[in-house]
Amino acid sequence: MTTQLALSQLLNGLQLGVLLFLMAAGLTLVFGIMSFVNLAHGSLYMLGAYFGAATFANTDSFLLALLAAVAGAAAVGLVLDRFALTRLYERDHLDQVLATFGLILFFNEVIRIIWGPGSIFMQVPEALSATVELFGFAYPAYRFAIIVAGLAVALGLYLLIQKTRIGMLIRAGATNPHMVASLGVDIKGLNTLVFALGAGLAGLAGVMAGPIISVQPGMGEPVLILTLVVIIIGGLGSIRGAFYGALIVGVVDTLGRAFMPTVMRALFERNTADAAGPALASMLIYLLMAVVLALRPQGLFPAGSGATR
Amino acid sequence: MSALWPTAIDWRAPRTWVALGTLALLLVLPLLAEFVSGDGADFWVKFATRVMIYALAAIGLNLILGFGGLVSFGHAMYVMLGSYAVAIPTEHGITSGWLHLVIALAAAFVLALVVGAISLRTTGIAFIMITLAFAQMLFFAAVSLKQYGGDDGLTVAARSDFGVISIAGHIGLYYVALTVVLLALYLSWRAVLSPFGLVLRASKANARRTLALGHPVFRFQLAAYVASALLCAVAGVLLANLTQFASPAYGAWTLSGELIVVVILGGLGTVFGPLIGAILLLALEEALPTLVEALLPAYKANWMLLLGLFIFLIALTLERGVYGSLPERARGRQQP
Repeated sequence: MTTQLALSQLLNGLQLGVLLFLMAAGLTLVFGIMSFVNLAHGSLYMLGAYFGAATFANTDSFLLALLAAVAGAAAVGLVLDRFALTRLYERDHLDQVLATFGLILFFNEVIRIIWGPGSIFMQVPEALSATVELFGFAYPAYRFAIIVAGLAVALGLYLLIQKTRIGMLIRAGATNPHMVASLGVDIKGLNTLVFALGAGLAGLAGVMAGPIISVQPGMGEPVLILTLVVIIIGGLGSIRGAFYGALIVGVVDTLGRAFMPTVMRALFERNTADAAGPALASMLIYLLMAVVLALRPQGLFPAGSGATR
Repeated sequence: MSALWPTAIDWRAPRTWVALGTLALLLVLPLLAEFVSGDGADFWVKFATRVMIYALAAIGLNLILGFGGLVSFGHAMYVMLGSYAVAIPTEHGITSGWLHLVIALAAAFVLALVVGAISLRTTGIAFIMITLAFAQMLFFAAVSLKQYGGDDGLTVAARSDFGVISIAGHIGLYYVALTVVLLALYLSWRAVLSPFGLVLRASKANARRTLALGHPVFRFQLAAYVASALLCAVAGVLLANLTQFASPAYGAWTLSGELIVVVILGGLGTVFGPLIGAILLLALEEALPTLVEALLPAYKANWMLLLGLFIFLIALTLERGVYGSLPERARGRQQP
């Protein structure tokens, strides 16, 4: 029983981890290549969830919902990049933080105006509503599908970045964008492409998370903070770091929430433990990040050495 | 203060006029509120007190953000710490304001020393994130304090007792807050012009070169970080007294973001900018809902959209902030 519980919590952690990876991949690339801090990345995740939920409710097709979420978020990312953010790339991180902080408020209200302030419901697709048999216990098929899809996207990203010409340019851009530009590569186009790609991935994460969390205004912020933790732990600008960082954060956070109260109960009296357990579990990943930053300020898998592998 | 070398104040410069005009207005504000809105005066005095508290925290943040060039995304945690330094002792029957102040300052000093010493090992974006991480940790620590309200926060039964300086009334609290802000303005002005401030500003321009000149940059940055945390803790003490409430929400990361907005809106690295920024932002947060209600009643609840756009446009266009964009010298005196 306990092993099963631990295993299923581990899978939950993996599932959170791959979602975080989808978010972190885009954010870390945008940071690596454009040196741009995009706090509004969480808004793209929220938009993806809303686009997906609305499409799913209207068409009953989860595939169309996926498509709408990815394409919609990528399109918003494209417009943002072209018309608003380009001017900020050369500016101070501080201006970028401020501008995208403003965008968070803006997008939250846009969502409130269109879909109302409450949360909207998104159903688990029919085909994935059952459970799958894994290592002798039942696990929700939809969550399992998220893990599989996330790992597939991670593999696809790896192939894209390691084996294609575009990927080569992205890697070069992450190492030295000015050199790439002076070699005659259209760095602006590359920037836009990377930004839209990251936005699409965030939208995908949003729509996949839709059925298991509540789709509501402001849902992007907690995820954004987790994603920032991921890319800092993994090393800024590094896809590989984002991948391992996401899995570490996902698993640590989930296991912490599941078992911290029990551990606390063994150490302290019941009342104290019940009160402090959940909150301390929420602190775990920040503690992890602080320790990583204090010991290895460049993160666990920094970009540059071996770049974005 | 954009020049590296301290220069005398130009009494004919637009900046000086705006600063002096603002101060004069703040000094007579309660009278003005009484005269203009009579019974509604309390609201305006309380609002102005909130502005002063934001300004104080922003003046603190400006020390490290504006003059040190270090973006702390976690300064709200010191505000929260200050508010709990009032709420928790009051819960146990200790109402002495001086004691609250001492607890707030001591706690913020120790926390800032530890957090600063760890965070300052990093620079740039990593510094932003590690300060955010510590603030989130403290936020969740406050949430876990179930015996002190946890998530819901803690009501402060009565305002702190500062003996002869009574803050029981709204006007008394306002003048105390205003005095503290003026003191903080004066101190940060002196600090920035002092050799200490010079090294701090030099480290913003180029930390490595400053270090090579033989200045222990880390110690200067840590001192500035601790000083800025102390000012935020005092702001927290005042905030808990104004709202008679302490809550983890005071340490939320959005508040840290708002403080950064205040500093930048006013003008990064100007002594007076944070005060102007606080006035502008809070006035906007007060005016926008009314404005939207008047023009488009259906969208009354969505005024934050305009605030978001406004912040975005400020970041895009106004690199030196509102106060920072005002000329520092009168016409024809560009070269001091």
